[in-house]
Amino acid sequence: MGINWMLLVSRQGKVRLTKWFQTIPPKEKGKIVKDVTQLVLARRTKMCNFLEYKAGINGEDNELITLEIVHRYVEILDRYFGNVCELDLIFNFHKAYFIMDELLIAGEIQETSKKSVLRVITQQDQYEETEASEQAKGGNSWTGEGK
Amino acid sequence: MNIDKISQQLLSKLPIYRLKDLIKAIRACKTAADERAVIQKESAAIRTSFREENNEARHANVAKLLYIHMLGYPAHFGQMECLKLVASPRFADKRLGYLGIMLLLDENQEVLTLVTNSLKNDMNHSNMYIVGLALCTLGNISSPEMARDLCAEVEKLLGSSNTYIRKKAALCAVRIIRRVPDLQENFISKAKSLINDRNHGVLITGITLITEMCLQNADTLVLFRKAVPVLVRHLKNLVTAGFSPEHDVTGVTDPFLQVKILRLLRFLGHDDAEATEAMNDVLAQVATNTESSKNVGNSILYETVLTIMDIPSESGLRVLAINILGKFLSNRDNNIRYVALETLNKTVTIDTQAVQRHRNIILDCLRDGDISIRRRALELSFALINEQNVRVLTRELLAFLEIADAEFKQGMTTKICLAADRFAPNKRWHIDTVLRVLKLAGNYVREEILAGFIRLVAQTSELHQYTVQKLYAALKADISQESLVLAGVWVIGEYGDVLIKGGSFEEEELVKEVTEGDVLSLFDSVLQGPYANQVTREYVITALMKLSSRFTDYQATAQIKVMLQGHVASHEVEIQQRAVEYTNLFQYDGIRPAVLERMPVPEGRVREVGG
Repeated sequence: MGINWMLLVSRQGKVRLTKWFQTIPPKEKGKIVKDVTQLVLARRTKMCNFLEYKAGINGEDNELITLEIVHRYVEILDRYFGNVCELDLIFNFHKAYFIMDELLIAGEIQETSKKSVLRVITQQDQYEETEASEQAKGGNSWTGEGK
Repeated sequence: MNIDKISQQLLSKLPIYRLKDLIKAIRACKTAADERAVIQKESAAIRTSFREENNEARHANVAKLLYIHMLGYPAHFGQMECLKLVASPRFADKRLGYLGIMLLLDENQEVLTLVTNSLKNDMNHSNMYIVGLALCTLGNISSPEMARDLCAEVEKLLGSSNTYIRKKAALCAVRIIRRVPDLQENFISKAKSLINDRNHGVLITGITLITEMCLQNADTLVLFRKAVPVLVRHLKNLVTAGFSPEHDVTGVTDPFLQVKILRLLRFLGHDDAEATEAMNDVLAQVATNTESSKNVGNSILYETVLTIMDIPSESGLRVLAINILGKFLSNRDNNIRYVALETLNKTVTIDTQAVQRHRNIILDCLRDGDISIRRRALELSFALINEQNVRVLTRELLAFLEIADAEFKQGMTTKICLAADRFAPNKRWHIDTVLRVLKLAGNYVREEILAGFIRLVAQTSELHQYTVQKLYAALKADISQESLVLAGVWVIGEYGDVLIKGGSFEEEELVKEVTEGDVLSLFDSVLQGPYANQVTREYVITALMKLSSRFTDYQATAQIKVMLQGHVASHEVEIQQRAVEYTNLFQYDGIRPAVLERMPVPEGRVREVGG
């Protein structure tokens, strides 16, 4: 049940994000990535301009709603980065993962409100920034004690 | 005096510090070898930095390492560093550390158990986002052992007043019970309250959890049947709701939640008349009111159809579902057409009548550009054949056979002939149909089908002349289709006398009377032709021998002897043997006619052949 994995691959075949919700041995992961990349690049795309998103799901699942989940993810990325492009995902790959983690857990959707997802991401980003500036002001080395 | 230039030169000699710079450096590489060199150098620098326990740089180093890992390079030496980040009190450290753990580790690695303690602490943190990080990590990669260790914490968080925590805990619980089904009972009472939540996130994750529990345990399923009215109410509200900006997806209110509810209803209603009754109205409502012009609406309609099909719904509802699928078949979107055909295939034996109504469009799908769709449409078409439509459908399928991909041909020849066998309105149609199959795809016909055809011909004495004439004309036109040649040769061998006496006949154009010489030169062209193989030769030789007693013209007989002589030294042992024995038989003119009498008419019909 649920999504097994999500791959984001550029048109040139470069992997930009891999999220595995199933435990798969590394060799098999590599094979999946290779096979899916080949399959996807060989087909005509209607989905988006520069990236192919692929989700692996089980046989009985509703493929159509999975498509909507992928769309949702892309929309959120778009809103977050402001007209997301491939470079955004390259230089901020960790952010792409953080956002994915607010949308899916264990391959299941956890939040259906775009607004909520963006809000919590932004708040966590702000938290990081505040922390960083406080540390800069504090000026001492990282000791491991919380403030 | 160029300060910039100097500092740039200096900086280029230093190890790369920031993630951004590493990425730029990698992208600047022109060859794979360059990239490998940059990455190896940086990996070494990172390793050194780790060994030196450089705390300030740890975050940046792990970030770089994760990037390198994503490109496919080794990063296992960063695992412990991720653990250290997670143990740090800084939010930024935990955020990256947990990400690293999810990327570099999985439940099969022992190192993962070392995270258990951090997870426990963080699940009790005052910062909800840190709690969230822990729940997310556990929910994505928990091992059975960790699931057991932290089950109580997750259960506690499932009762949190914070919706953000509650919904993450619900999905974390899903992972836990997937790994350790026995732990299910710990979550049941909390799960019950989730279903009454107003927050969509909590509701959808709660329903996911409940669905998982019901699928695992039959008793739990029975327990949650009581929730059907609540679920129905939620679904109704979503369908009739006005515009809700927060949950809207192109005009539909929270399709994700709708689909999850429909799915749970499916499992709760399965095999239960009472539960099914309670959801009947809302299913009809969703089926009728959902906008089908976009994928969003269709995803809900699809789930509705799946649900209707899997519960003991009344026939009106089932027809509604099939009609939805029928509409899907004309959708421009490949995915939707595909999904419709898949579902129709599963239900065609139950709701045959309803599916028949969409026959024409199913046949249209045989010409679809997408091979997966053609495949499904083919399967469905065969399932629809019955006495009433066998002529129409067979005609369409034969037309398709003509242009079908090679991979379809063998299955098709078998299935068309079996269908003809089952539903043929009369013998002549039956023979014509199989003949057409042989002509269109004679190289893809299974032995059993050929044997069945020969049996059919032998049994239909009133059509012997018709059949032998047709086969003669077919072979004159084309000797490249193996099964057609075998069938033709056998039939002409058996009924050659009927053919000669038959006179002229119409076959697209007028065929003049067939003489013995004509038949023998046809057989000769088969033997000499590029398509003959051992089996073909075997058939021809035996047929020739039979003709020696069917034909009365002594010149023909002489020619037959000559043709047989040509094979007495054949390298193919079977051929040689037949040629020699048959040639010998000419010395026993007393018994030769008896030996070569008409074959006894075989009993029975074609067996059911698989595939």
